[in-house]
Amino acid sequence: MSRARSLSRPAAIARHALLLATGAVMLAPFIWMASLSVKPPGEIFRASFSLLPQQWYALENYGKAVTVAPLLRYMANGALVCTAILALQILVCAPCAYALAKMEFRGRGLLFGLVLTGLLLPHQVLALPLFILCYSLGILNSYAALILPFAVSPFGIFLFRQFFKTIPDDIVHAARLDGLSELAIVWRIMLPMAMPAVIAFSIFSVVAHWNDLFWPLIAVKSPNLMPPALGVAIFRGAEAGSDHGPLMAGAVLVVLPLLIAFVAAQRWFIEGLTSASLK
Amino acid sequence: MSVSAQTVAAIPDPLPDRTPRRSSAIRMRALREELAALALAGPATALLLALFILPVVAVFIIALSDWQFGARTLRFVGLANFAEIAGDEGFHASLLNTLLYVLMVVPGTVLSGLGIALAIESGRSLRALYRAIHFLPFMATLAAMAIAWEALLHPTIGPVNQALAGLGLPTANWLRNEATVLPVLAVIGIWQNLGFAMVLFLAGLKSIPQDLYDAAEIDGADGWLDRLRTVTLPMLGPVSLFVVVVVALRAFEVFDTVQILTEGGPGRASEVLLLTLYRESFEFLHAGYGAAVTIVVLAIAVMLTLAQAKLLDRKVHYQ
Repeated sequence: MSRARSLSRPAAIARHALLLATGAVMLAPFIWMASLSVKPPGEIFRASFSLLPQQWYALENYGKAVTVAPLLRYMANGALVCTAILALQILVCAPCAYALAKMEFRGRGLLFGLVLTGLLLPHQVLALPLFILCYSLGILNSYAALILPFAVSPFGIFLFRQFFKTIPDDIVHAARLDGLSELAIVWRIMLPMAMPAVIAFSIFSVVAHWNDLFWPLIAVKSPNLMPPALGVAIFRGAEAGSDHGPLMAGAVLVVLPLLIAFVAAQRWFIEGLTSASLK
Repeated sequence: MSVSAQTVAAIPDPLPDRTPRRSSAIRMRALREELAALALAGPATALLLALFILPVVAVFIIALSDWQFGARTLRFVGLANFAEIAGDEGFHASLLNTLLYVLMVVPGTVLSGLGIALAIESGRSLRALYRAIHFLPFMATLAAMAIAWEALLHPTIGPVNQALAGLGLPTANWLRNEATVLPVLAVIGIWQNLGFAMVLFLAGLKSIPQDLYDAAEIDGADGWLDRLRTVTLPMLGPVSLFVVVVVALRAFEVFDTVQILTEGGPGRASEVLLLTLYRESFEFLHAGYGAAVTIVVLAIAVMLTLAQAKLLDRKVHYQ
């Protein structure tokens, strides 16, 4: 570890000073958002700068965020949509990845070509035809419209395939001799052994869909169906910048679940979210 | 679906001309494995075709035809839709703004990400904490954080203007001013993606072999700056190129902040490609125009993604 040899005292101080300064910039929007979310309107519009309120107004602001706008409903929608998407993706992608990694069949190269093509496409490019597809299926403005377009993930298939390939063939042979069906091998042997890939992919998928604004904006109009990113955007539009406290409380609520999960599982998050670009 | 192939077909057929019974047994096994594989890969294949491949084909058809929402027929019109966007000032502005945005976000993100990664890696204390703090914006819901940025940048009650005024510096209505709106959106873009670049650089730094530092030391490079110049930066070359492309790809897909904070305004000063794609396709229902913009977006994204894959391959080989 001599590349990080102990720094001289001034160098160490300079390092901390720099990183604390840049860190403060990174955190500034979070801190300001949290600060405004507990201030009464009078203090928000006061010229003097302070982070903590003189009069705590958290209950009022957060109360308004969950009553005036259905913030809790948005978050429940987000949880439902993210769970459904992730469950479908694993259900669909894992068997396919297993077939690609461990089985011989005609068209395997072609199928893998399809997966790689899917990886090339940014999802926004598919929005117009997917909108038409959802329209003709009659599922626009429903949970199905939020979920169906993401039922298969080329990245999921790719990631699982890479991981499955590293599992020795002997294990698969032994499972077959024990009379396990191919599908049972996927669920009972491959996926448990590929847990790191499953966790990384789950974080990637949930974060992407909790945060997604583009597709929900197209797919749903009813506030009852909106996931959190769209919900908070609509809330802002309705407030038109007049009522800062509740709006900031809403933004805090939307950001908080992933933030807590990130603090609890930092390494997994970083791995999961960067793995997509290392495909 | 209880297809339990008892053996593996990966075993190559050793002697093709054995007794007919034996070879038909092997063929049966191979056939069973094929059927099992089809059953396992079937749902994913069908969904890939329905949700990825056919939609791309459909975009091309819409872009090359006069199809409108609700129409039952279409007529191919060649490149008429592309001619329309090529002659449209709105599209020009959108393409130029996106390019400018990418040109601001990429160097800003890559250089600050590299600087912070180097600073974190140069010492041992509080590494995990610093990494977490700088990575935080990358995973936070951008739609919500855009609203927080709006409050920071508020012309009268925002702390940015208050601090500038306090220092006697000029203030601005950052998001309503044609000259400042795009650079300010780029700052938010840098703020969001910097942690991502940092993590990629940290991984790159970890993969530099210790021997190189030892060798450099023998050659007389003992200062931190010497090691940085002779070993670290040259070794980070391939990683840096990769980070540039990945960040460019992300910057190029900017949408949330623009949609929420400026809606492309003031005027067209912050109109970007995905906003044009969204509005033309889904607000003005110009399917042909929207599809043509989509093809442009697709072409740029595919080029960047292919470059990314190529660079990643090369990086792996170098290690």
